[in-house]
Amino acid sequence: MATAVRELPLDLDAFEGPFDLLLTLVLREELELRDVDVAEIVLAFVERLAERDELDLEACGEFLVLSAALLELKARGLFPDEELDLEGLDPEDAAEELAERLAAYRRFRAAAGWLEERLEAESDRFFRLGAAPLAPAPSRPLAQQDPAQLVVALRSLAAVPPEPSLRHLVLSYPPLSRFLDRFRNLLRARGRFAFDNEVDRLSRVEQIVAFLALLELRKRGEAQIAQAGPFEPITVWNASAS
Amino acid sequence: MERLRLVENPVDRLARTIEALLVIASKPLSVAELAAATEEEEERVETALGLIASRFREGRSGIVLEHVAGGYAYRAARDAADACGRLVERPVQRGLSQAALETLAIVAYLGPVSRPEIARIRGVAADSAVAGLVERGLIAEAGREEEGGAVRYETTPLFERVFGLENADALPELDELAGDVEELRTRLEDVAARRGA
Repeated sequence: MATAVRELPLDLDAFEGPFDLLLTLVLREELELRDVDVAEIVLAFVERLAERDELDLEACGEFLVLSAALLELKARGLFPDEELDLEGLDPEDAAEELAERLAAYRRFRAAAGWLEERLEAESDRFFRLGAAPLAPAPSRPLAQQDPAQLVVALRSLAAVPPEPSLRHLVLSYPPLSRFLDRFRNLLRARGRFAFDNEVDRLSRVEQIVAFLALLELRKRGEAQIAQAGPFEPITVWNASAS
Repeated sequence: MERLRLVENPVDRLARTIEALLVIASKPLSVAELAAATEEEEERVETALGLIASRFREGRSGIVLEHVAGGYAYRAARDAADACGRLVERPVQRGLSQAALETLAIVAYLGPVSRPEIARIRGVAADSAVAGLVERGLIAEAGREEEGGAVRYETTPLFERVFGLENADALPELDELAGDVEELRTRLEDVAARRGA
């Protein structure tokens, strides 16, 4: 890289330093290209050129290629979804689009200039920037009320509320032995039974206790249990029979 | 004698009440707010404001009544600016970068506007400029875009106050500030023609 390009000093919003460091940071993705104002880089280079008597063609060419590549990278980053649209754009439309965007940007740049001048002109304005919040708007006073209505309202509030019922909180568990006996009888009489059929009509709590009883029988070696897969029917048979 | 005469004039009396309200308020007060606080007609409030403005004006008083940000507020007289500057900092106004000013201009004219829209116009990401302006209190969030849901921003009453604008419509027309599209297009075509030659 030509020295003039490599050491071009830059002072941008997002970056300060030589051009080759900027390129390195961009290529390593440590610097977001979308934060970099490429126009500022071009300006810096053109100003550098103007300072010299001789035109360094090699440096110019190199700079042109690098800045074009930067611009393309940046454009792709800024408008990732518009790639297809741009390809289909004929040069005249592209020029139109570019002119309109440039015009819009120029207007806002001019507006920014106006704001800057305004700020300068108003630099001798001082005012208080307190944080004292304003009081909320006062609510309208109530119309004339009937005291008897107030009594009625208070009375309804003063009544003792009914005791809340705790019935739904009480669970009754059937004894485990009930199911142990029942399953033992079944195994003795039939040698094998389907667990689901036996507990089908029971309540949820009873089903749980029945299942615990089944596990208890298995633990004691009185029964064998088999299930084809999760949620499949459970078959129980006599351990000594098999 | 002078005091007695003031008390007898009802507009004067209202003017004194409004002066009190203005001195305790931390933001410009609209005529409607003043009318509500004084329990007076808006027309009478305006008359009283005229009286206050004639008393508190540049050259006569160190305090000046101004119509700003859609309301009325006191500020320091301009000839006291140097002394004021030695006493207080102005972090809101100080050191606004070119990027911040451009972003502020876009929000002022197009707001409510989202960060992607600002980036589209400026050709540079606007994230840090927007964050800085929000921190200064010059712009604030104003809902979200219906499509995509990006947060939109608009300028605040503080913006109008810092820039001394009576209200948001007091900005100059954009077209007065810059040439039109036609002129730019001609210049682009000139460049294209020269390149082709």
